[in-house]
Amino acid sequence: MTTLPRWGASTNARTQAGNHHRGRRLLTHAVIIVAGIAMIYPLIWMIASSFKPDKLIFTEPGLWSSTWTLQNYVDGWNQIGLPFGLFLFNSLIISVACVVGNLFSCTLAAYAFSRLRFRGSGAMFAFMLVTIMLPFQVILVPQYILFQTIGWTNTFLPLIVPKFLGVDSFFIFLMVQFIRGIPRELDEAATVDGCGPIQIFWRVVLPLMRPALAVTAVFTFIWTWNDFLTPLLYLTDQAKFTAPVGLNAFIDSTGVTSYGPMFAMAILSLIPLFIVFLLAQRQLVQGIATTGLK
Amino acid sequence: MTIRKAEGVVARPRATAAVKPRARRRKGQRSAYLFLIPWMAGALLVTIGPMLASLVLSFTNYNLLGSPQFVGAQNYKQMFTSDPRFWHASGVTLEYVVIGVPLQLALALAVAMLLNRGLRGMSFYRSFYYLPSLLGSSVAVALLWRQIFGADGLVNQALALVGFHHLPNWVADPTWSLGTLVALHVWAFGSPMVIFLAGLRQVPAQLYEAAAVDGAGAWRRFSSITIPMLSPVVFFNLILQMISAFQTFTQAYVVSGGTGGPVDSTLFFSLYLYQRAFTDFDMGYASAMAWVLLVVIGLFTWLAFATSGRWVFYEGEKE
Repeated sequence: MTTLPRWGASTNARTQAGNHHRGRRLLTHAVIIVAGIAMIYPLIWMIASSFKPDKLIFTEPGLWSSTWTLQNYVDGWNQIGLPFGLFLFNSLIISVACVVGNLFSCTLAAYAFSRLRFRGSGAMFAFMLVTIMLPFQVILVPQYILFQTIGWTNTFLPLIVPKFLGVDSFFIFLMVQFIRGIPRELDEAATVDGCGPIQIFWRVVLPLMRPALAVTAVFTFIWTWNDFLTPLLYLTDQAKFTAPVGLNAFIDSTGVTSYGPMFAMAILSLIPLFIVFLLAQRQLVQGIATTGLK
Repeated sequence: MTIRKAEGVVARPRATAAVKPRARRRKGQRSAYLFLIPWMAGALLVTIGPMLASLVLSFTNYNLLGSPQFVGAQNYKQMFTSDPRFWHASGVTLEYVVIGVPLQLALALAVAMLLNRGLRGMSFYRSFYYLPSLLGSSVAVALLWRQIFGADGLVNQALALVGFHHLPNWVADPTWSLGTLVALHVWAFGSPMVIFLAGLRQVPAQLYEAAAVDGAGAWRRFSSITIPMLSPVVFFNLILQMISAFQTFTQAYVVSGGTGGPVDSTLFFSLYLYQRAFTDFDMGYASAMAWVLLVVIGLFTWLAFATSGRWVFYEGEKE
């Protein structure tokens, strides 16, 4: 594990490309671009199809269409009863709340694990690491029973509250690694100035760990937005559906007779991910490269 | 900016009351627990508690109504001796892991090496190739997959262009349906690729230069430099991808419409567990399955660690 790249690892190996011939380089570019487009083609095709009349999707299977229309978006929006916008809104509320929850609970825990000395810290830290690898199935059933018993089914609480309790150990680990890279002299100087642990956390460590916070926020948002099992399990009232559960209802209700409206709503459900991707590419790549997040 | 803020705190002179070390340490202890309150509550209520509960439940019959009835090891016995669907689901999942994970890692490594040539625009390409990984676990892409591999889907249309006809409906054909999910897994190769790329950049260029001087060909450089130098990263990716592949749920659920069909060909372990728990309300049985899964994942992880000494090379390690 120690040989894994760390934060801000520099690009020491520029590799042996410098003396490649220009033609060879152009060829590599061409291969990368063509393969990349082939890889992404299904998505491009889905976007194009969503603007075609439903019956043309299969008769004119290329990207081009003789007629373009927004009808799929109009139809899809209301196809399964409630407007799809409601599901998107629910997803947004839940995702933002989960981001806040993770930022709150994981920073606190990470600070304690990396900077404070207390009895049982070793055992607790080890336990925290183990839970990273714990398959969710092991706690699925009792958690469901627990939340059902206290009457939380059909609310957003089972999706959000665990995040405020630091259940995403991955992020705690990520933050611990990051805080370890912040010079301890800063803490010591702050202590000399009369700061207690709480003040050091709030005024020294937290402002310096912004990159780790960004990575946590971005991944929490994406994971929560994509999460399917948890909302499927807990949200039974259609008005509470998230976008993925709403999308899945397209198959249940229609047996997929009309792809157009479904594609249109699928694209709407991916737009927030695209936006996050465009805004936070650096954090995404850095986060994966340093910790192996998905 | 943030640094200046921190220095402001540091630089402000203030007379400090001399705090006795022990008192300070005790105070430190107390505030440590204060910081850990949310996490400890979560660990107890949402992790340890439910874990123990599921272990206990696995020895009972419980359908959410009434109270759990203790039945000893009957759930486990039933699972191993008289439930063909359990074995089938295990087989499907294992096949998926054993085929999908190596394929995905191989593709990730190949693309990472292609991108690691000091090309201009590398970071753009990297983001681009990462994109499917971001979307791969979404319901939207799973639905798209159903179409792509359908009877008149994109794949068949592309194959028809090059002269193949009478092609199967891949998602509805039990021979191929699992293959479509493996393809989805492989398609989302972006995150191991990014990790490989970061690893490749740590391999000293001098090694390649020296090998080239000694007349080593491309394959030799790959097998004798890249693979050994990258083996810790391969190991890391393998563990991560294996654990998550064992737990695959969403894609299987969406592509098969929640059934694991056709004829159980995509009945993943997690999907079968879900059906037992939330369709049949057989909570005891589902809990027992979850513990079997935990043990199997633990075993595979242990196996990977146990054999890692033979094939994972750590720099600076003494022979």
